[in-house]
Amino acid sequence: MKEAAKKPPVLMVQNLGIQFGGLKAVDSFDLEIGESELIGLIGPNGAGKTTVFNLITGVYKPTEGSFYLNGQRMNGKNTYQIVEAGIARTFQNIRLFKKMSVIDNIKAAMNSRLSYGFFHAVFRTPKYWKQEALLTERAKELLKVVHLEGKEELKAGNLPYGEQRRLEIARALATDMKLLLLDEPAAGMNPTETEELLDIINYIRKEFKISVLLIEHDMSLVMKICERIKVLDFGTTIAFGTPKEIANNQRVIEAYLGKEDEEVEEDA
Amino acid sequence: MEKKYKISYLINILGVIAVFLLFVLLFETKVFGPSTQYIKGICTTACYTIIMVASLNLVVGFMGEFSLGHAGFVSVGAYTSAIVSSALAGKGLPDFFLFLTALMAGGAMAGITGVMVGIPALRLKGDYLAIVTVAFAEIIRVCFCNFPITGGGKTMSGILKLSDFYWCYWIMAACVAVMYMYVRSRFGRTVKAIREDYIAAAASGINVTYYKVMTFTVAAFFAGVGGGIYAHYMTAMIPTNFNFMYSAELLSEVIIGGTGSLTGSILGAAFLSSLPEMTRQFSKYRMLVYSIILVMVMIFRPGGIFGNWEFSLTRLIKKLTRQEGGKKDSRNEKTKGGV
Repeated sequence: MKEAAKKPPVLMVQNLGIQFGGLKAVDSFDLEIGESELIGLIGPNGAGKTTVFNLITGVYKPTEGSFYLNGQRMNGKNTYQIVEAGIARTFQNIRLFKKMSVIDNIKAAMNSRLSYGFFHAVFRTPKYWKQEALLTERAKELLKVVHLEGKEELKAGNLPYGEQRRLEIARALATDMKLLLLDEPAAGMNPTETEELLDIINYIRKEFKISVLLIEHDMSLVMKICERIKVLDFGTTIAFGTPKEIANNQRVIEAYLGKEDEEVEEDA
Repeated sequence: MEKKYKISYLINILGVIAVFLLFVLLFETKVFGPSTQYIKGICTTACYTIIMVASLNLVVGFMGEFSLGHAGFVSVGAYTSAIVSSALAGKGLPDFFLFLTALMAGGAMAGITGVMVGIPALRLKGDYLAIVTVAFAEIIRVCFCNFPITGGGKTMSGILKLSDFYWCYWIMAACVAVMYMYVRSRFGRTVKAIREDYIAAAASGINVTYYKVMTFTVAAFFAGVGGGIYAHYMTAMIPTNFNFMYSAELLSEVIIGGTGSLTGSILGAAFLSSLPEMTRQFSKYRMLVYSIILVMVMIFRPGGIFGNWEFSLTRLIKKLTRQEGGKKDSRNEKTKGGV
């Protein structure tokens, strides 16, 4: 925590909000994420979690507030500019480049690292070969991280579900980001796959020194790996704290299970 | 890795030369007798159609956006190159150089038009983009109907007959090679990613609009080059040549050949452009035949006859020379080619 005070936090969100017509989908959202920190974002369906992701990645433009990556103001920028600055994401319903090969999925995300232009591409100059060779090497390394080595030439759409999820994470890593937004990475996975995913998330946090913001409904996963958890309901923050605090928070329990009108005892 | 590719490029160049020599042999020995000149003409037609269709395939097949206004770019290239060649004629330039300059001018002008059309139009997707491209092509056509320099609505005639088959063959080969290299580079990769999922592409740091406009421009450039050859082959043209039907014809050739396959574009364009010439008496029914073929293709092979499969000479040679044990290898190559 003391280190974070010296450097600007990786992500600082201040009073972020968006209004669709009369509906405030997200209202005064504040968040600070330090280096290699893992923060969970939970809440009932329709609470605005994915909207927060869409705001931070520039898919929606915030109607109020602002957010900063390493002290650099980000709102109003296009998605690709934000990604280049260092925020990458995965999607709730997997969005891979399905008809492309596994390795091309990664290479496409590494496009901003290449600098050769049209003429280098057409005439296949040494610059082209050098950069492409380097790219292939890096892409293979990333595939190793998510245990997809040896599947480079398969079509991404033909991979099993769990592997598609992991490929999406690798594709996000390929953008060389500092902050990774994971939107329900464990959705639809069996316990073994979830366990493997957990290892990967921990590994990339340590290895690449990246911070993670995680949306997840699998509470056991959230409680296991998140350092702090933020709970949203109807677009507003209702709780923020360590997993233990959240598990015992009355408002969170109410949001998930409803109010105790009839004095029903609930164990969280 | 690099060496393997370089060898395959060499093999392909040799293949292109071999095909050229075959044509030279056929024409010079006058196998076709008195109709040699006529068949040469058909082959020239095939050359420029291949360039146009392959360039349209960049947009339709690789970028995944429907453009129904390709004839607009073709006409810009055709008229520009015709104007340039008649302005430069008699200045002592060698014919081939004059032809090349005219084609480059035509391509460049079409490319500029491509940027101007692409920036506003490519904000739209799917059907909307198709409608806008139709509108732009019509605007371009109406403009040519009213410019005095293009002969107004009348025929622009007296264009130099520069489109010699032997030259056109090499220009076609060069154009297709450039497009192939474009598709097999970071540009093709990003454009395919955009086709697959533009939201995910943007979330992977790809500047979607930039690469779309760029590809659209490259496609427009080559359409213009194709148009230039067309102008110098026909030697006379009228703006109504480049109407909606012409765009639709090019598009149907792309779809029949295979969206996302340059091989499909080449064979599809070559076949479909020479077919009506060979059966002149039925040429009126060409669009009818096209429609029927199109419906059949859509039903039986929705991705086009070649899908996104690319012919590879290297692969073929490997297969022929290494019948045994080469099976696994060729399958690996295939997936590479397919993507």
